[in-house]
This record gives sequence, C-alpha cells and structure tokens, in this order.
Amino acid sequence: MSNQLEVLDVSVAYGDTPVVRDVSFVLETGSIGCLLGPSGCGKTTLLRAIAGFEAVSRGQILLHGQQVSRPGMTVPPERRRIGMVFQDFALFPHLSVARNVGFGLRGLSARERHTRVDGLLDLVGLRHAARQYPHELSGGMQQRVALARALAPRPEILLLDEPFSSMDAELREQLAREVRDLLKREGVTAILVTHDQLEAFAMADLIGVLGQGEVRQWGTGFGLYHEPADRFVADFIGQGVLLPATVLDTIQVRTELGNIAGARPHGLAPSSAAEVLIRPDDMLYDESSPLRAVVVERTFRGAEFLYTLRLDSGARVLCLVPSHHRHAIGDEIGVRLQADHLVVFPQQQGPRP
Amino acid sequence: MVQYAVYKCNLGFRGLTASTPTTQSGALHPDPARYRPGDQTADQTGANPGRRSRAWWDWSVLGIALLLSLPVLVVVGFVFVPAGDVWRHLADTVLPDYVTNSLLLMLGVAGGTLVGGVGTAWLVSMCRFPGRGLFEWALLLPMAMPAYIIAYTYTGMLDYAGPLQTTLRDLTGWGYGDYWFPEIRSLPGAAVMLSLVLYPYVYLLSRAAFLSQSLCVLDVSRTLGNGPWRTFFAVALPLARPAIVAGLSLALMETLADYGTVQYFGVSTFTTGIFRTWFGLGNAAAAAQLSALLLGFVFALILLERWSRRDARYHHTSQRESSIRRLSLTGWRAALAFGFCLLPLLFGFLLPATQLGWWSLTVARTSFDAAFLTLALNSLALAAGAALVALLLALVLGYGRRLSPSRRVGAAVRIAGMGYAVPGTVIAVGVLIPFAWIDNSVDTWMRASFGLSTGLLLSGTLVALVFAYLVRFLAVSLQTVESGLGKIRPSMDEAGRSMGLSPGQVLRRIHVPMLRGSLLTALLLVFVDVLKELPATLILRPFNFNTLAVRAYELAADERLADSGPAALSIVAAGLLPVILLSRSITRSRHVQSA
Repeated sequence: MSNQLEVLDVSVAYGDTPVVRDVSFVLETGSIGCLLGPSGCGKTTLLRAIAGFEAVSRGQILLHGQQVSRPGMTVPPERRRIGMVFQDFALFPHLSVARNVGFGLRGLSARERHTRVDGLLDLVGLRHAARQYPHELSGGMQQRVALARALAPRPEILLLDEPFSSMDAELREQLAREVRDLLKREGVTAILVTHDQLEAFAMADLIGVLGQGEVRQWGTGFGLYHEPADRFVADFIGQGVLLPATVLDTIQVRTELGNIAGARPHGLAPSSAAEVLIRPDDMLYDESSPLRAVVVERTFRGAEFLYTLRLDSGARVLCLVPSHHRHAIGDEIGVRLQADHLVVFPQQQGPRP
Repeated sequence: MVQYAVYKCNLGFRGLTASTPTTQSGALHPDPARYRPGDQTADQTGANPGRRSRAWWDWSVLGIALLLSLPVLVVVGFVFVPAGDVWRHLADTVLPDYVTNSLLLMLGVAGGTLVGGVGTAWLVSMCRFPGRGLFEWALLLPMAMPAYIIAYTYTGMLDYAGPLQTTLRDLTGWGYGDYWFPEIRSLPGAAVMLSLVLYPYVYLLSRAAFLSQSLCVLDVSRTLGNGPWRTFFAVALPLARPAIVAGLSLALMETLADYGTVQYFGVSTFTTGIFRTWFGLGNAAAAAQLSALLLGFVFALILLERWSRRDARYHHTSQRESSIRRLSLTGWRAALAFGFCLLPLLFGFLLPATQLGWWSLTVARTSFDAAFLTLALNSLALAAGAALVALLLALVLGYGRRLSPSRRVGAAVRIAGMGYAVPGTVIAVGVLIPFAWIDNSVDTWMRASFGLSTGLLLSGTLVALVFAYLVRFLAVSLQTVESGLGKIRPSMDEAGRSMGLSPGQVLRRIHVPMLRGSLLTALLLVFVDVLKELPATLILRPFNFNTLAVRAYELAADERLADSGPAALSIVAAGLLPVILLSRSITRSRHVQSA
C-alpha cells in the first residue's frame, strides 16, 4: 500500500507569525485522516497548504510521491489533482447542479462527461435535482453536490474543510457516516478538518489532534480518548478530571479511589506526585461499594445521568450512571473505579484542565 | 443617486447580517492577500506571493481616488485665496439671500418629502387597501422625473394661458385680474416641485425600515393598550428614524444640487449664485468660494446621515423579516389611504408625463428632425461613454479593495465614491479651474518653445465633461460592482482552482458570468444619471455641443415649452429604466417574504 500524502516537518507562517509548526504525518491510499483541534489551532491553514493555497515556510509536502510544496516552491492548486469541499460549499450560483458537478471535468467527450456527472449524482442520490440551481436545495443536498463536484475529476486526494459545520447537530454524525461509507466504497483518500470530535470519530481512520500549530497526538478515536498523550489532548477529547495521585511503582499509582495499574510503564519516579485522568465512564455506580461520594451536580442526558461527585478530600470526579438511577443533589451514593487504562501526568502547578 | 438609496436600504436597514466580502474572508482565513484572481506569480514565488502585482493595484486605486477628488480639493483650496472686493460685494448683497433661500427650500422639501414619503411608506407596508400592491412600486415613478422638467411642465400647466386657468375662466366667466391664482414660479413652488420628485428617497428607505421592524415590538405596544396610530407614532416611527433621516438627507442633497428648477423659478440659491458669479462677474475665485460654502452644507448633511446611521445599530432589534400582518382598511379609511398614495403619484408623475406627451404630440411633425437626432445621438454617446469608463474604474477599485487588505486602499475607494454628494455645479467649477490652468500653461509653453498654440486641450472639451460625470457618478457603478463582487465568495475562487482552473480561467468562468448582471446594472444606472444631469453639462459642454437635457432646458427657458416636450419626454423615458429595476427588486423581496 503506497503513501498518498506525506507531510514532512511542515511549517506555515503568515508573515513572521508561525501558524503551523513542524507537522509530519503520512496518509495511506484509501484511508481517511482528520485534523482535529479547537479554532485557531492551524488545522485549516495546514489543509490549505496541502491544497496549495498556502506556501510552506519549512518542510515539504508530497502527493502520490511527488513533491508539491517546499519553501520557495508551491505547485498551484489547479495542478495538484485535488478535490476540495469547502465549509460554505462554494457552489457556483450561476450553474445548475449538473453543471456544478461537471465543472472540473476536462478533456472528456460530451457523452463521457454526461455519464460521469450522472454517475456521481446517482452516488450522492441527487439524480432528480440535476437541473435545479444551488439556491433551490437544502443545506444537506448542497453538501452532497459539493462532494460530487469535488469527486468528479477523480482527484488523488479529497480535502474537506469543516464540511458539516453548517449542518444541524443531529444531522452531522449521520452525514459524516454516510460520507465515510461513500468514500470507502469509492476507495478515495481523504483528509478532513474539524473541531467536532464526534464528527472526527464517525468519519476518520486516523486522527491528528492539533493545538497551537503543533500536532499533539496521532491515533484512532479510541486511542485518543483512552490514552491521551498530554493534558491538552486529555482536555480536548471527551470529558474527565485529573485526580491527584502518588506513584507506587513503574506501572501503578495510588489515588483516593484506589490503586490503578497500567499496561505499560508510565516512566514517573516512584512516590512522586502525579495526576490521573479519570473519565466519567471509569466511575461505576455501585450501592454496595464502601467508597461514598456526594452528588453536587446533575445533568440529564437521556440514556444516562452525568453526575459531578465530591469525594471525601473535596476533589471532584464525573460519573456516568444509567438514567434509572436517579439521585438528588446532596445524596450520598456508592461508586467504584474501573479504569482499563492508566493515564498519568506529573503533578503540575497552575490551572488544571 | 437612485442606486445609492438602494444600497442604503440593502446594507443599512435590511438587517445587519449582510456581510461584506472582507469580513467573510477575514473570519475564515487570517490572510486576505490570497484572493488574487489574476495573480500568476503567487504560484512560483511561494511564501511571498504577488507583491508586485498587489502594489500595482494599490497604486492604481490611490491614483484614481486622488484624481477624482481633485475638483473638491480645488474648491476647498480656494477658501484660502483672497477674492477681494467681489466677495465683499457678494456678502453685502446677495449672499444672505442665497443662504436664506437655500435653507427655506430645504425646510420646505424636508416637510414635503417627510409627509409624502413616510406616510405612503407606512400605508403600503403596514395596511391593506385596494391598490396597495400597485402603489408599492408605482410610488417610485416620480424618481424618473428630473426636477427641472417637472418645474417647467407645471409652469405651462398653471400658466395664465394654460389648461387649468383657461378652464377656470371658461367656467366662471372671469377675466384677467378678476381672480387670484397661486404663483408657481416662487420659492414655495420650487419646494413643491422638488418634493414631488424627491419624496421617493424617503419612501424607499422608510418602507424598507418598516418592513424590517420586528413585529414583536409593535405587538407589545398593542398589548400595552396603544392603538395602531399611537403605536405608529410611539414605536414604529422612532424605530425607523435612522432610515428616514438617511432618506431625507439624500433628498436634501439633491435639493442643494438642483440648478434647473430654482433658476427657472427665479429663486436665488447657491447653485444659481455660483453660475452668476462665474459667468456674470467672471470671478472664478469667488465662484469657488461659494462652492466651498455649498459643500459645507452638503457636508453637514453627510454628517447628519452618518450620525443617524450610527443609531441604526442600537435601534434595529430584529434581523428577521417576518411576514407582516397588515391592518385591513375598509370604507372611507381605504379610500383615504388610496387618495393619499394617489396624490404624489398623480402630481409627481402621471399629470406632468401626460402633459409632456401632449406637447410632444403637438410638435411631433416638426420636432423629430435631424437636429433632434443629433441631440439624441450626442446624449446617448456621451452617457454610454461615461458609463463605460465609470464601469472600468469601478472594476479597478472594486478588485483593488478585494485584493488588498490595506486600510489606505479602503479609504481611497471610499473617497472615490464620495462624489455622489457633491452638486454638479461645484464639480464643474472644480474641474474647470484646474483644467483651464493646465490648458493655459501648456499653451504658453508650446508657444514659447515651438511657436504653436495648442488652444484648449481639456477644458471646453468632452474630456472635462466626462471627467466631471465620473467624479459625480462613479459611486453609483462602484456600489453596484462591489455588491456583485460580494456575492463571489473567496471559497468559490478556491473551488475553481482546486478543480484545475488557472487564475485567469477563474476570472473568465466564474467571475464574469456571476458579475454580468451587476455590470449591466452599473452601466445602465450611470447612463441614465448622465442623461439627466444638467448643471455640470451646462457649464462644461464644448461650444455648440448640446444634449437632450441642455436642449430641453434651453427651450423651456425661452418659453417654448411645447417644443421642449420631445427631449424632456426622452429623458423621462430613460429615467424609467432604473425605476423599473428598483420596482423589480421590490416585488422580488415581496416574494421572498411571502415564501
């Protein structure tokens, strides 16, 4: 399996302000990558550098083994064989749906062109809307037209810039799954930029979390959630609290909730002070448990309650409990720790995530 | 000017969400420098793209802005040149008259346009009565009627020998001197004439404001026990105030700029005074100083408009245009509303247009001759030429602003668009003084060096005239072009590039087709404005070069009213084109609301 996209030590700067710093990653043919991060982290800039809209100030970018960007040289976007789906879709309002989709097709006979456009419209389920104009379509339909248009010229790689951000929250995950199925069926290599982790989980094979212009961690959604590499990733992905702990040995720490063992050595010095990430799903509700905690906050989530609990020491943890266990604020309940992964950071002064 | 009013309602009062291309791009991407459609160098130089080409745009924009502000700079510069005795003479004799008359005229026009414009706007936007849908667009028709044309049309109609007084005498048997009849050729008469054709500015902007008002506030007022009338005066009117003031200041700027009406009616105002000082006393410095004083008045109006628009931010509570439940009027109320809306339409358009048509018919056999054809061709060629050049400059400025993030360029573009507020007379003076100086200097130098006399190269030629039109009407095409460019989002450029188009192809396949409508509109609007323009044309036209507007005005001044009919009617017919455009956008917005 070859590498479709290689980003090697890439930095991008606006004037003297660095926006992306020393980013490296590789995307295999047919896989879907995602750049995930809060707004202003540089993810869109990085995507635009891959597209050729930004020049790189350091490093290089290779598409299908060919160098397309290095300092002082930027192959223009139109010669990169990329497809791009924009945040606002950027459909051409003066062209019909069919002509939007066929816009990037060149060097084809009228008939081939027609067949290709029809095929793509079938793919996204919009054959019936071929003669309509963009303003006549709903947001979801416009999104699919934008996708079909980007795929029409059979690009080497598809770039998606926050493609679902203008959708309703309920629609997003469903659309992300649909798009993923479509891309997988067609064997398209794609890279997605988003700030929405659920979107990233639903769509991507591999996710890179960006913070302040740097890649903090690459991994699958599962890995990022359960084994975040640093405090930034731990905070950005999912919910949780950092609980004070003391290092026992190379794989164990002691906390107020009990001892936690990890699968690998954590590398901290024995009996040093540390902090352990406790996810809400690491805490189980158990009336028979000797460990008691007081409910201080409660959020109803449908299938479950998210309780904020105060422990004896005053520290707080989150706990996800099936929604038929209903407790009032001030109730004392029994809990038990069941952490499959140990995520531990050295003790740090200053604001905790 | 018409387009300016439309621009105001789109931007200022149609909800503040309408974002400009710069804010859109600014929000998404921190560096606006990248939307450079025609820029090839960006691709090769990488990190430092297209600096040379951007500098070229920047300098073009700054150069155009500087050139176009020349007339105003000249006029203002003359404030510091002593004009000597002439100025003292003016100040002792006629200047107080100019100021008083101008102020009284503005007062009269303000009253007339407010009652007519706000009243009709409220009726058609908030009430339901027979003919409402028709009035909604028909109330704009008087905009097609230049004030000087309506002025002499009414003079003919209300004359001792005119149809009204003749009928009156036939009916009553009175003779000359037996009865009193109001004199139309007076200051109140001029105020009425100007109000009849300028109220649509107030109508247009206040209608948009009423439509965009949150219905909730009106409903709240009703639940608190206010009737519809009290609600209007206590809630709706104060909320619409910024829009109304904006419309009013536009109408008053036109009032200050008017030359034909006041001259024809023998009312001494600034514009007639500038003419007299220039041609009668032959004193350029004093004329320029009068112009500067007039500019001071205009500037006050601009400040008024700005100030009222600043309020709009706080007053505008809802950005949603909800469908309006109109108050149904029946019986005598409906009749009253119908009559109130019919009056300005009847007197501002239907009657004078009919009279012009009648006059044209009576002289049809003799007037449509070769001379008229020349006249028409002159006008068309001049208007088309000016519109084309204005469009080209507007494209340079519009793209300049799109490509360059610098504040300098933004300011320059705004300055280039300020001419709409400057009266034609002032622009003419500001053009003629420097152009004559250049001509004289060149002539002197050529004679000294080569023994050749070059004569007038700029002043007294079409160059000066077209330049003056550009100064005055560039804003019109600029706003149209910019609103067109605003619809092309930066991501569309990038979508084109990502699908393999070069920057040039992006321009050709995306920008041109999307801009086409706006460009045609810009051409049309400037074309019509130039066709109607009178005072600058009167001063700057080459010797023996006549246009429809000038000819209509001259014939009317010679009391050959019927003979002026065909020329005047042609101007009114052309003036209908932008009104039709406006009406269409009004009907369209109505469909959007109902959808």
